[in-house]
Amino acid sequence: MSTFQSARSIAASVSTGESSAVDVVSQHLARIEEREEEVHAFNLVLHDEALQSAERVDERIAAGEQVGPLAGVPIALKDNLCTRGIPTTCSSNILDGWRPPYDATVVSRLADAGAVFVGKTNLDEFAMGSSTENSAFGPTRNPLDTSRVPGGSSGGSAAAVAAGFSAMSLGSDTGGSIRQPAALCGVVGVKPTYGAVSRLGLIAFASSLDQIGPFTHDVADAALLLECMAGHDPGDSTSIPKPFPSLSESLDRGVAGLRIGRIVDLPSGADADVVASVDRAFEVLADAGAEIIDVTIPAFTYGLTAYYLIAPAEASSNLARYDGVRFGSRVEAADTNSMYMATRGEGFGPEVKRRIMLGTYALSAGYYDAFYGKALKVRRLMAQDFATAYESVDALVTPASPSVAFPFGSKTSDPLAMYLCDSYTIPSNLIGHPAMSVPFGAGENDLPVGVQVLAPAMGEPTMFAVAAELERSAGGNHV
Amino acid sequence: MTGSLKRVSEQIDRGAVERVAKLARLELSDAELDEATTRLAGMMAHFADIDALDLDDVEPMTQPYELVNVLRDDVPLETLDHNEVLAAAPDASDGRFGVPPILGLDL
Repeated sequence: MSTFQSARSIAASVSTGESSAVDVVSQHLARIEEREEEVHAFNLVLHDEALQSAERVDERIAAGEQVGPLAGVPIALKDNLCTRGIPTTCSSNILDGWRPPYDATVVSRLADAGAVFVGKTNLDEFAMGSSTENSAFGPTRNPLDTSRVPGGSSGGSAAAVAAGFSAMSLGSDTGGSIRQPAALCGVVGVKPTYGAVSRLGLIAFASSLDQIGPFTHDVADAALLLECMAGHDPGDSTSIPKPFPSLSESLDRGVAGLRIGRIVDLPSGADADVVASVDRAFEVLADAGAEIIDVTIPAFTYGLTAYYLIAPAEASSNLARYDGVRFGSRVEAADTNSMYMATRGEGFGPEVKRRIMLGTYALSAGYYDAFYGKALKVRRLMAQDFATAYESVDALVTPASPSVAFPFGSKTSDPLAMYLCDSYTIPSNLIGHPAMSVPFGAGENDLPVGVQVLAPAMGEPTMFAVAAELERSAGGNHV
Repeated sequence: MTGSLKRVSEQIDRGAVERVAKLARLELSDAELDEATTRLAGMMAHFADIDALDLDDVEPMTQPYELVNVLRDDVPLETLDHNEVLAAAPDASDGRFGVPPILGLDL
């Protein structure tokens, strides 16, 4: 369990002048200095920029201004979030040297709330992977055991929080890329409802599945960060044009009277230590007054197939823009078509190529109905099955990852084995529902286990109430 | 075509994979093409689990929330800085992106 200071506590002490933002940021930069070579959480550390932002926060507070709920809080950004004038790589050689001409909406919103950005974090190239081993710049190591992966694709963001390099970080979750690394690194990770957080400035992987979300030391910090960045953005046409519900009241609500579902036909494959933690979570929730109800979601099992047809299909289309014309690297050739082929052949890594091929194949003439069309129908079944389950329960609880953090190289030779890491997280992306991972219990080698809490669309208040209860009973961090 | 994924997975060969690479504008080495052929067939065989489902009367679902026609008022807004955008390109001159010839070559 994390022993680092919470973001709430940092913001409170900076806002009242009890501590300075410069001191807080310096402490975090010192930890980066000490362990970054070993962990490799970052593609870029914004050392000078962070100190300058912190100075501005301190000046504004000295001048009597209200800075915002994240005053002086050091935050790390996944390197697929656009930052104006600051390199943004998606951990890919194809974006070498690119500096975005605009900030992602979440970046502007957090800056407005007083946050200080300490760096851009490593990821599986274009967020395709579950271990951060697919980065063009080398893997990130799990700060809890550096012989093991931090999970992925947002492995750098999870590791940054777990190592105390930043108090919070942002990741993106297309099939589990926030929740699985959160589970493996022992931090809280949230995938919000699709459309709750603007995707403007998030470099697209699969547009109908991607969501930005927080990594934090505890559940209350995750609520705070989500509240600071959620809400309608006219710049994202899939942004929900409704106010995002308040989460702060949910944290102490408890679970008395809530109906929490156990999915009896969940795909098997979770390790015994993970299953034991999830069983214990149900006991704890029942002791706290929740009613545990068995439900079935027959389509859950088919989520992996639907996802690995839909996500690569969308990716093959989204990644068509990397053609050596408008951004990043180019391999010169005699004509435009040869330039496209050479640039993409050289610029993309093996997993990205694999998914572009899979997606292009699934969308190609003659196969569209058999692959992509069928997958979209499975997606509908998934939505229907979840809707039926939510007639009798308010939230669901499952494992976040089938295993604790695994050793480097143990799944890289078999892409399918790596894809199975996402079995429990994928359905929420397919249907746009929120889900989060909370550290709960320990498994093999005392490594953390993440329990996943799922809720219906815009059901974050209930989801956070359940997560907070699990955290309390696990003796969670409330510094 | 409404064939099964299993049957399709059995038909994946190197020629099909080369065509897909061309469609995707991806230059792949011989080793990469061989790997892609094996991998694609393996994945499609795994994904054949959905062949068991009766999906005839199911409506496809393309996105979580079916928002349609999201329009804003038709008024000019601030746009990205022209020079800043061009500065990020591998080749730009005279206010335009630069590319190799596209005409007069056999594509």
